[in-house]
Amino acid sequence: MTAAGPLPDTDDAPVVRVEDASVELGGRLILRGVDLAVRPGEFVALMGANGSGKSTLVRALTGLVPVARGRVSLFGTPVDRFDDWQRVGFVPQRAGAAGGVPASVWEVVASGRLTRRRLFRPLGRRDRAAISSALEVVGLADRSHDGVSTLSGGQQQRVLIARALAGGPELLFLDEPTAGVDLPNQEALADTLRMLSDNGATIVLVTHELGPLASLIDRSVVMRDGRVAYDGGPLDDHAVHQVDFGAGVHEHHHPRPSTHDHAPHVGSPFDLPGHGSELREGER
Amino acid sequence: MIELLSEPFMLRALLAALLTGFAAPAVGTYLVQRRMALMGDGLGHVAVTGVAIGLLTGTSPTWSAVLVAVLGAVLIEVIREGGHTNGDVALALLFYGGLAAGVLVTGLAGQSAARLQQYLFGSILTVSRTDLLVTAVLGSVIVIASIGLLPQLFTVALDPDFARVAGLRVRFYNLLVAVLAAVTVTVAMRTVGLLLVSALMVVPVATAQQLSRSFRGTLALAMSLGLLAAVGGLVAAARLSLSYDANVAPGPSIVLLSLLGFIAAWPVGVLARRRARLAAPFAAGQADVRRVEEQHAHVHGPDCGHPAVQHDDHVDYIHDGHRHAEHGSHYDEH
Repeated sequence: MTAAGPLPDTDDAPVVRVEDASVELGGRLILRGVDLAVRPGEFVALMGANGSGKSTLVRALTGLVPVARGRVSLFGTPVDRFDDWQRVGFVPQRAGAAGGVPASVWEVVASGRLTRRRLFRPLGRRDRAAISSALEVVGLADRSHDGVSTLSGGQQQRVLIARALAGGPELLFLDEPTAGVDLPNQEALADTLRMLSDNGATIVLVTHELGPLASLIDRSVVMRDGRVAYDGGPLDDHAVHQVDFGAGVHEHHHPRPSTHDHAPHVGSPFDLPGHGSELREGER
Repeated sequence: MIELLSEPFMLRALLAALLTGFAAPAVGTYLVQRRMALMGDGLGHVAVTGVAIGLLTGTSPTWSAVLVAVLGAVLIEVIREGGHTNGDVALALLFYGGLAAGVLVTGLAGQSAARLQQYLFGSILTVSRTDLLVTAVLGSVIVIASIGLLPQLFTVALDPDFARVAGLRVRFYNLLVAVLAAVTVTVAMRTVGLLLVSALMVVPVATAQQLSRSFRGTLALAMSLGLLAAVGGLVAAARLSLSYDANVAPGPSIVLLSLLGFIAAWPVGVLARRRARLAAPFAAGQADVRRVEEQHAHVHGPDCGHPAVQHDDHVDYIHDGHRHAEHGSHYDEH
């Protein structure tokens, strides 16, 4: 273990630590001063509306986007110097699991073993065992020789989860695993994550709807406008969208009446009337 | 014919065809996976400038072509990585610039168009011992890299974000594919010519895709098909030249033979995909269940001849435009 960071890698030290992190993309602040610490074995749901910064936070945690200010560390090592990637599993948003050439389910899952493989070495017996057990966990062992593109969206999502599991990670990041997935597949997913969590894995899940996963989470973190707006006990889907997170009075978000100025929109004729005001609200 | 095949120049040509036919589709598979099937074509255009520089300076056109094609490949990769929306226009500018500069510099070098044509359309029958050695070395590098690094190259192209979180140096592998493509172009330049190089890289892959469901299967099949097409095309060209007392060029014969392979495989692929679609499970739930009153002459089962499709926990039979599911003593319309 390359414990180069300031934190000792003891049992209860945070697995994921974010201190005052800001992320800027294309001149726009997406995350502003986020603080977060995830302890070993925790199941954290990162929630929030579209554009609230929850996906960007996960991309910062995995080192896919650099932080403009602040610090992100995994297992006590700053993420830009972290190289123990076999401890981390990542399930990105499903962006078409197929390239221009057909790929079988087994091949995609096998690529999850790359964190533990050396260059120019064939798969060992242990690699093959890990791949088939990952396929079994997500219930796709019988489809392993089929092309990924012949699977339904929910099944493709399960392939991506099996790929992350094949590496045997201690820490798992999932970005919107339930988006566009039907209920039976969401339940299959919940079973998989429950088993992992029971085995002691730390799970950070980005979602805007928990569905069948609601009973699994230990902690909810709600993002709003790039900041952590709530960090505490589990919230249900309804409470997340309330201003006060279900604590007090029942309240709804009403859309602000957009102020219509009477100058014709000659400069940007394709902008929708409400669009500009939404953006300004987001930047506030 | 047999005497011709045992001539030294013909033996060298056969070996060169074998090597390039085997190596080119290996890199081509990665290009097709990245949806950059035309990259080989573009690099071929850029390499023309390299050949011309070799002719002008009196050095080996092969090595100057390798150098210029690699530079072009790196430039293309940098443009691609930048993700500019008009990246394809930038690539087009590079391609045409390469071709035009090549023709112009060849003229400056005082060389005839016929000399350049050797490189544009291939001249496999004039391959020397040194040429063959270079082809063998570069071809082996290409094959070893594309098979040995398959897991890495496959993962990086399929999902760059996942690859980065798995600790792979994505940029290095992207550059490696670009450089391998450039080297392949120059290796295949003597066999099929710079203007047809891309065909040898891409057409066998397109054929293999029709028949294979896995990436490794596609790669292996494409390499075998490329080898067959290259050797077969060369022999066919020699035969046709002899029997018609004509001058049939091997390069175009190789490409056309390869295309014939695709035309033969395509209907098979169409049929396989149609059968796969029919057998694909229906989405769970959402069935509009209705009792069917019509009488059946037989009981639906695995042998009744109607396509059986998995639907949730039971099997539907497709029947005169309906989906019938057995429900007790009658069938439901699903």
